[in-house]
Amino acid sequence: MSESSDLNHPLFGRLSWEALPLHEPILLVTFAGVVLGGIAIVGALIYFKAWGPLWRDWITSIDHKKIGIMYVILGLVMLLRGFADAIMMRAQQAVAFGESTGYLPPHHYDQIFTAHGVIMIFFVAMPLVTGLMNFAMPLQIGARDVAFPFLNNFSFWMTASGAVLVMASLFVGEFARTGWLAYPPLSGIIHSPDVGVDYYIWSLQVAGVGTTLSGINLIATIVKMRAPGMGMMKMPIFTWTTLCANILIVAAFPVLTAALALLSLDRYVGTHFFTNELGGNAMMYVNLIWIWGHPEVYILILPAFGIFSEVVSTFSGKRLFGYASMVYATVVITILSYLVWLHHFFTMGSGASVNSFFGITTMIISIPTGAKIFNWLFTMYRGRIRFEVPMLWTISFMVTFVIGGMTGVLLAVPPADFVLHNSLFLVAHFHNVIIGGVVFGLFAGITYWFPKAFGFRLEPFWGKCSFWFWTVGFYVAFMPLYVLGLKGVTRRLSHFEDASLRIWFEIAALGAVLIAFGIGCFLIQLWVSFRRRDALRDSTGDPWGGRTLEWSTSSPPPAYNFAFTPIIHEGDAWNDMKKRGYIRPVAGFVPIHMPKNTSAGFVLAMLSALFGFALIWHMWLVAAAAFAAVVVVAIVHTFNYERDFHIPADDVVRIESARTQLLAGHG
Amino acid sequence: MAETTVATREVPRFYETGPHHPEQPTLLGFWLYLMSDCLLFACLFACYGVLGRNYAGGPSGAELFELPLVALNTSLLLLSSITYGFAVIAMQRKLPGATLAWLALTGLLGAGFVGIELYEFGHLIHEGYGPQRSAFLSSFFALVGTHGLHVSVGTIWLATLLVQIRKHGLIAANRRRLMCLSMFWHFLDVVWIGVFTFVYLMGVLP
Amino acid sequence: MKTLLALSPAALLGGCSMVVLDPAGHVAVQEARLLVISTMLMLLIIVPVIVLTLLFAWRYRASNTDAPYEPEWDHSIQLELVIWSAPLLIIIALGAITWIGTHTLNPYRPLDARAPAAAVEPLDVQVVALDWKWLFIYPKLGIATVNEVAAPVDMQVRFSITSSSVMNSFYVPALAGQIYAMPTMETKLHAVINRPGEYEGFSANYSGAGFSGMHFKFHGMSAADFEQWVRKARASGQALSRDAYLQLERPSEREAVRAYGTVAAGLFDAIVNRCVAPGSQCLHAVMAADLRRASAALNWRPEPQVCTVADAATVALLPVEEWK
Repeated sequence: MSESSDLNHPLFGRLSWEALPLHEPILLVTFAGVVLGGIAIVGALIYFKAWGPLWRDWITSIDHKKIGIMYVILGLVMLLRGFADAIMMRAQQAVAFGESTGYLPPHHYDQIFTAHGVIMIFFVAMPLVTGLMNFAMPLQIGARDVAFPFLNNFSFWMTASGAVLVMASLFVGEFARTGWLAYPPLSGIIHSPDVGVDYYIWSLQVAGVGTTLSGINLIATIVKMRAPGMGMMKMPIFTWTTLCANILIVAAFPVLTAALALLSLDRYVGTHFFTNELGGNAMMYVNLIWIWGHPEVYILILPAFGIFSEVVSTFSGKRLFGYASMVYATVVITILSYLVWLHHFFTMGSGASVNSFFGITTMIISIPTGAKIFNWLFTMYRGRIRFEVPMLWTISFMVTFVIGGMTGVLLAVPPADFVLHNSLFLVAHFHNVIIGGVVFGLFAGITYWFPKAFGFRLEPFWGKCSFWFWTVGFYVAFMPLYVLGLKGVTRRLSHFEDASLRIWFEIAALGAVLIAFGIGCFLIQLWVSFRRRDALRDSTGDPWGGRTLEWSTSSPPPAYNFAFTPIIHEGDAWNDMKKRGYIRPVAGFVPIHMPKNTSAGFVLAMLSALFGFALIWHMWLVAAAAFAAVVVVAIVHTFNYERDFHIPADDVVRIESARTQLLAGHG
Repeated sequence: MAETTVATREVPRFYETGPHHPEQPTLLGFWLYLMSDCLLFACLFACYGVLGRNYAGGPSGAELFELPLVALNTSLLLLSSITYGFAVIAMQRKLPGATLAWLALTGLLGAGFVGIELYEFGHLIHEGYGPQRSAFLSSFFALVGTHGLHVSVGTIWLATLLVQIRKHGLIAANRRRLMCLSMFWHFLDVVWIGVFTFVYLMGVLP
Repeated sequence: MKTLLALSPAALLGGCSMVVLDPAGHVAVQEARLLVISTMLMLLIIVPVIVLTLLFAWRYRASNTDAPYEPEWDHSIQLELVIWSAPLLIIIALGAITWIGTHTLNPYRPLDARAPAAAVEPLDVQVVALDWKWLFIYPKLGIATVNEVAAPVDMQVRFSITSSSVMNSFYVPALAGQIYAMPTMETKLHAVINRPGEYEGFSANYSGAGFSGMHFKFHGMSAADFEQWVRKARASGQALSRDAYLQLERPSEREAVRAYGTVAAGLFDAIVNRCVAPGSQCLHAVMAADLRRASAALNWRPEPQVCTVADAATVALLPVEEWK
């Protein structure tokens, strides 16, 4: 509660000019940059008359391919923000020793490390993973779209709205200063009375709704919309990991929703769930948030594992070794991920038996994970390995991830955790598995499916540059952190007394610079590839010699994906089709039933963002109005029964004939 | 569905030649949503389990709960599940009029449930025993209040469906929506049985 | 090349001091030992995996047409058995070590009979994490210090730990593992320092703006030096009354080391139960009352309470008949 609620403006709540960072040079410069960039983009849109197509073909699109691409774009943009935070942290920690307090006072540094974690997990990793699952999975199962296309559009815009709220906190007010999980009592109203934690809560609640609905959507798609003949054990392995990751989403995100809702009740209404007074228990929050938090990291890594499986198999020219065992391993990991959450707080004093139980279950998870690594290894064995960029990422992953996994199992031993918990060793561990596992997997997946999405490959040279900078940069940035952790240095410090530590932080900062070059090379790669797209054109739809169904379509696929629904006989369906003399149909096309585009998702999500913003600033009238608008728009939308149409057979004929010609010309 | 490849060069059929109609995913999707909602309630129950005896020197459930009122509440809700069941039977018998009537009755009972609950909450708050008084009361209001919110949303949804069925009749889309709301309504009933047992009965009786 | 980079911390091990691996307290030494053993066990799997990855990537590269190519080979029961059982065996070993080690090194457990100093009467130190400094109370010695704590070498120390406001973590890497300091709760840590010296201590859980300055010194001293240190504290003249504590509790950063010669009786308990300020109700009294309320429907017997001058205000006056 604002201490002076009588100062609450009826319309603007506690929002005032003081919320703008007029005295913060870094923020002002950033804001100027954002405004200039925004003007440039808007200008370009006007110049190329692109508003109409942007609205019609992208913003209101319910096509899983377009939505997948938009998720990836969102994730990449937020990567730049999250990485900027990282560079700032490394810079501060490399200079703030003894007399020097660095350039970031705790007030800012503490927001930066909080924002870095929140953005990287919720607005970089999740959208990128969701984007790839959205794009590739329906194609892999021979479907035309996901089960609930409108919901898909809505989910994307809700995630984007959450990102908008987080970014707004940079220029209007402040962000939380609590760490990315915002433990109470620190995140309660007494110790964080300002808007920061409220920005945190509402951006995550809005994005969380989108994610949960997306989880429901993708599960229903896989269960109900597989092409005839595709039994569960003939699904591509990426589809399996997508299924398991989305089961985890549906079964974990409600816990986050509940925990944040209870925290917001404590802050807004004065309840006592997690307070020190009147019976609250902060340990309840820690438990709830980690019951969500641990499955969350598996939500991120399982699709990455799926990508690696596809990539290893394709670029070794060989069937994936131990398909059944991979499936079982994935399912076992999914179930076990619910039995380990306490390993995030062994030091909270739960007693030896409880700690041991959770330590042992954590170790048990490493068994199916190890099995997967071996299966990839034996897929490479006696294959013919082509070192395209996705395969480079995969090999680096296999080396890097196992080191991170090892340090993870180390931390799973409670007495070892007692000396390493919350240290830089821990920070190194989770970056090891997230960068080495999730990020490398995402780059592999983006490179792998890019030609399918856009019709031309990414330029390999800049891809390899990016790969090397990322890999070397990762080791240079994070191996020193393992050493620092063993030297007893804890995390989230903005200043140090011991000057002998400095060299390690300087090496780590160098590593961050190398990673910055890696990101730079990736951006250059995008630009160069676009410029040279004709030379990099993918005319066949199958640039890598793929094995799964998405490679049977053109690049990019038509809106309807498949003119005729495929019939599946074996796993690695496209490989099977190629081997057995599949002939592409060139006639006999029928009209195709498709969902219509809609603006309702975008409108509802923007209203939700407004609702969140209004709650953050205690603008009760605006919040009530926004909420009412959401309800009304939602109800009005349900009165729209005309949600689909048919693509005429002639259009299909035209599209497929064009492809026939392209394939003939290419030979 | 594997077609055996005969020794001759016969290529198996790799695509359907007509329009493809995938199975309707709506009911499965709604069920999945309901399971996520179930987990939300599970968290609130867990919270109540942990904090439910922290009275902070304030009143306990035994001192606050008026069981006769709660019994009335419960009857209204359970009855509304029965009336919804009759609505679905009428729908399956393709009787829009009867469907609408049973639905309306369900809505009234649901609204009655929410009304009584609002009265109960208002009374407690008026006495100074609102959710800010203690962790017990916080978790009580959160659990029972969330359930009440769900019933309110269900009632609004029901009212919307009433209008839509009057407008379009018992078309396939509306039948699907009726089935989804049916699942929702019965689910809330089951959750209420949990609330009734763990919160009210176990809070009051020895 | 990546392997070398990965192992470089180990290579540098010789050349730099890492307190976690070479601590000065028996408990920390045990924990370090566990760390090293666990790492060795896992390297048994990790090193072959890394080597094989690079080896296979090299040998089966597409340009190496000498290497056999078996595109359809995707299954081998024997290999699967090895793949699943090798990690399983390692985990079974690690699991056993974990169970035993976790119970032995449980912070709540007094030091093992065989550990040095277990036979001697332990030194009690009460620890309060404040915003953003540390208060140490020696209840039996009647002194308290801010941002400095000392203990004689080879004497078991029994820490009772709490926090005044938000979650912190009490950690002296050279001494023992950490344990959370939480408001309204009391955690415990048993440890012993085996080498004299000055060691770093800090909070290992972010607690707000002054977090970076929230470090203290832990001194391991000979018995004689410790006596002297205690005497110096007693002679400081400052008293840690309840009022002085309430002053101290106010947020401040990088407090200078200071000592108090006298400590208000029962101060730590009052801090844990949040009743230092006059007129506030102690949590354990409230919780006891709650417990009675919870069993209100059953036969209710009030616990007889003896009035003292300190808590007269918090005890309800009961009719004499109900004492029986």
